[in-house]
Amino acid sequence: MNKKEEILSLLESNAKLSAAELAVMVGRPAAEVEKTIADLEANKTILGYNAVVNWEKTSSAPVTALIEVRVTPQRGQGFDHIAQRIFRHDQVKSCYLMSGGFDLMVIIEDKSLKDVAMFVSDKIAPLDSVLSTQTHFILKKYKMNGTEFHSKDEDNREAVVL
Amino acid sequence: MNVDSMLSDKVKAIPPSAIRRFFDLANEMKGQVISLSIGEPDFVTPWAIREAGIYSLETGNTHYSPNQGFIELREAISHYMKRRFHIQYAPKSQVVVTVGGSEAIDIAVRAVVNPGDEVIIPEPCFVAYKNCVLMAGGVPVTIPLRAEDNFVLKPDQLRAALSPKTKMIMLGYPNNPTGAVMSREQLQDIVAVIRDLPVLVLSDELYAELTYEPASHCSIAELDGMAERTILIGGFSKAFAMTGWRIGFACGPESILAAMNKIHQYVIMSSPTTAQDAAIEALRHSHEHITPMREEYNRRRRLVVHACREMGLGCFEPLGAFYVFPDIRSTGLSSNEFCERFLQEEKVAIVPGHAFGECGEGFVRISYASSLENIREAMVRLKRFVERNSPK
Repeated sequence: MNKKEEILSLLESNAKLSAAELAVMVGRPAAEVEKTIADLEANKTILGYNAVVNWEKTSSAPVTALIEVRVTPQRGQGFDHIAQRIFRHDQVKSCYLMSGGFDLMVIIEDKSLKDVAMFVSDKIAPLDSVLSTQTHFILKKYKMNGTEFHSKDEDNREAVVL
Repeated sequence: MNVDSMLSDKVKAIPPSAIRRFFDLANEMKGQVISLSIGEPDFVTPWAIREAGIYSLETGNTHYSPNQGFIELREAISHYMKRRFHIQYAPKSQVVVTVGGSEAIDIAVRAVVNPGDEVIIPEPCFVAYKNCVLMAGGVPVTIPLRAEDNFVLKPDQLRAALSPKTKMIMLGYPNNPTGAVMSREQLQDIVAVIRDLPVLVLSDELYAELTYEPASHCSIAELDGMAERTILIGGFSKAFAMTGWRIGFACGPESILAAMNKIHQYVIMSSPTTAQDAAIEALRHSHEHITPMREEYNRRRRLVVHACREMGLGCFEPLGAFYVFPDIRSTGLSSNEFCERFLQEEKVAIVPGHAFGECGEGFVRISYASSLENIREAMVRLKRFVERNSPK
């Protein structure tokens, strides 16, 4: 891994690291690291900085569903056009083109089961090139983006080990 | 009958820990403090290794192994030593699997030391060396290493400590507690001093995999003519985060390893079978298990060294293990006072340097085997503490 990739992987696991801290951690001057990050942001290698939130701990936990969508690709545009028609909706949090038994995997977040179901039946299923949809509701999140949701963070080592 | 009077003289000769009070205090406050006082990885053993241990139990592999350890493991150790450190050991006769590096150190000392034999121990060092020598009836001869030498053993110091009674030298690099490493050239200077003398070397290389660039680990056993007089101690605890499995190994000359195995078979019988099966998996994919942890340690190392220097504590660049050993003499506090007060006032535990030998006085051992969050917060508190205690 070169320094640029090391910085990316550090930021991916903790976006709160400052450029000054990153500089010390990777052993490069702060100005160089600042420039590297600015370049990565400018060329859209870094697209944003998100917090990993466990919404279950709040009163407004959304319902998340994973929708398998089978579609007919369109001449000259493949899957991109239909994918775009789907992922532009705010409810769609992720959208992937897949190999295997279906084509698009769409991850949707909404307020309730009903909202998700209505969204699929109103906005996705009726599209011309959509052949079928299958909705799977997520019941519990164990791990997301490398973060475990229910791990106990206790250090059970001895107080002093020489 | 007074039971106390029945204790052996050898055991009575072992001095109580120099930091007993600090120990008690740290134990009392456990759970309420940030601990940078722990000489073991904060990582849990990589899952693939744990899974191999689970599979071993599932298949009912719950019996004794051969005394020296499973031949598959000894072969894996032999390959690993060849591949990583360019030293050739015959799996059948030159490798013994032990209960951690600690057992290996003990049986190595007991296999070669006669009462009255002198064993040279450069300090600061791991606390077991001196006591293993005492228990074997040997005479520890300590060398106080110098901060200005970055705690590396110098040939003139070794020369001054040698006597006709010297049986062995115990080296621990990468070093606990200083984080110092010794380069090939520095080791060559040591070898030049003892080449023509009948002196053995015990080289404790538990931290070998935790060496950070630009340094790279060199074993004294690699150097010309040294394999035949070096007992090399290796292990899984530090590199693979396997401390609780209690598994390590010793490699060296056939006759010494046979003697060590004699002791091992009567006091231990054989190392834990589950741990041996897990260790085989560890060595099979050593690179992918070790590399991410080493990279993470290196980043934390840089943070701690940088923070210590920023707050004005003298600190050489420690290129091994997971310790930083800053000089706290500018505060005017003894290392014990420093650590006790830091613990009580700022709720962070670090270890007084003199726990590792008198010449460690004036220094403290900070372990960076702790999470990034803990290290960041501890450094903020250390800065505050040092500022409060610096002469105006």
